[in-house]
Amino acid sequence: MIIINAMIEVFPVLMKGINITITVFIFSSIFSYIFAFIAGLCRVSNNRLVRGGTSIYVEIFRGTSLIVQLFWLYYAIPMLFDVGIDNRLAAGVLAISLNYGAYMSEIVRGSILAVDKGQTEASIALNLSRSQRMRIVIFPQAFRMMLPEFGNYLIQILKATSLVSLIGMTDILYHGNILRSTNLSAAPTVYLLLLVFYFIMALPLIFLTRKGEQISKRGVAS
Amino acid sequence: MVESVKESNSSNISNKNIKPIVEYKKVHKSFGDVEVLKGLDLNIFPGEKVALIGPSGSGKTTIIRMLMTLEQPTSGEIIVDGKNLWHMEKNGKLVPASEKHLREVRGDIGMVFQHFNLFPHMTILQNCMTAPVQVQKEDKESAKKRSIEMLEKVGLGDKLDNYPNQLSGGQKQRVAMARALVMRPKIMLFDEVTSALDPELVGEVLEVIRDIAKEGEMAMVLVTHEMDFALEVADRVIFLDDGVIAEEGKPSEVLEESNNERLQQFLYRFRS
Repeated sequence: MIIINAMIEVFPVLMKGINITITVFIFSSIFSYIFAFIAGLCRVSNNRLVRGGTSIYVEIFRGTSLIVQLFWLYYAIPMLFDVGIDNRLAAGVLAISLNYGAYMSEIVRGSILAVDKGQTEASIALNLSRSQRMRIVIFPQAFRMMLPEFGNYLIQILKATSLVSLIGMTDILYHGNILRSTNLSAAPTVYLLLLVFYFIMALPLIFLTRKGEQISKRGVAS
Repeated sequence: MVESVKESNSSNISNKNIKPIVEYKKVHKSFGDVEVLKGLDLNIFPGEKVALIGPSGSGKTTIIRMLMTLEQPTSGEIIVDGKNLWHMEKNGKLVPASEKHLREVRGDIGMVFQHFNLFPHMTILQNCMTAPVQVQKEDKESAKKRSIEMLEKVGLGDKLDNYPNQLSGGQKQRVAMARALVMRPKIMLFDEVTSALDPELVGEVLEVIRDIAKEGEMAMVLVTHEMDFALEVADRVIFLDDGVIAEEGKPSEVLEESNNERLQQFLYRFRS
């Protein structure tokens, strides 16, 4: 009974943050994919400069902590260069997208390279141009291979959104933390409910991942 | 070797004035330290059917892959219809060909592969009509019509909307041939097109090649292990050994009358 009462008390507080969590998640996902595709395609470019520059981006953002990247974007860079992002949403979304875009670009690159070489050869024999080969033959096949991993990363991005509470964005974790600091005994209920919140939001993504796996299994082998 | 080339040209092509459609001039090709082709001189004439035979590693597949621009020669020139394939002129100097130049010169060449290489995400019909529409800018309706005709010709008119993974190996290879033929090439290359097939499916593929060969106007280069087929279809058989042309001539001469010891050994292994 006590627990249920506590939940009734905690639930509406957390709900106040759900908008922010979902907004950050949606924008971060979109931009992660955009960065992933751009960087992934650059990594298979013929131009060494493009390839080299992109791999520097990928390695830096994969090799350092997301939280520190977030703090750099929101606190450090504005101070150093006097220009920067005073918009928390933009900083949060940018940090998460750059970080996950770097990871996901490896999936894009790997999938493109995993398409059978015979496909490129057949397209050359049909005299398709380099960009036609990528657009019509290679990419559609590579894309199917990307789907399962892309789904996995969506779930990870959702969980990463909780970090934006650290730059003062009022997401569900932020509201939970406030509540706990004013009412210490509520801690177990708050964090239990937070887990449930994230899990429920992840459910459709898990389902999407499964769907992606099915699609990628279908029709790739010739 | 130069002599033998001249000889075979005159023996196979009655009119000596016909210009070759493909000329290999002193073509060398190495993969790392291994030299696969050691100065190949070879002319192929319009409409001519040439069978390339030889032990594995003798460079026969490399010959046609270089013509399709899938491999670059280490040195030497390949001339297609009077145009240098791998080099182009720029400010009076010969420089390595650009993608644009390669596309211009290889437009008349088609190829069929050992492993079919159909596009798995497209239907049979899409496989055939994509290149005419995208490359030759043919309008969709006419490309579709010609693709359907071609697929009917290879006996797959009832599979238009199937995907490649719904077909047998022999059917896939017939689609691959239709796909290449829709582009109306002047030169068709066949890279061991029956090697990946179950024995009972080889016949249907050979039959299609036989039909294409009968039509005559297209030059065909076949890398093959089907000796009887080479004997039947080819105007000229070339035996490659250790990176050079070791024997060439009319199929009956090469396959039945040659005294070349290496060729004898090679044929013996096939017939036993």
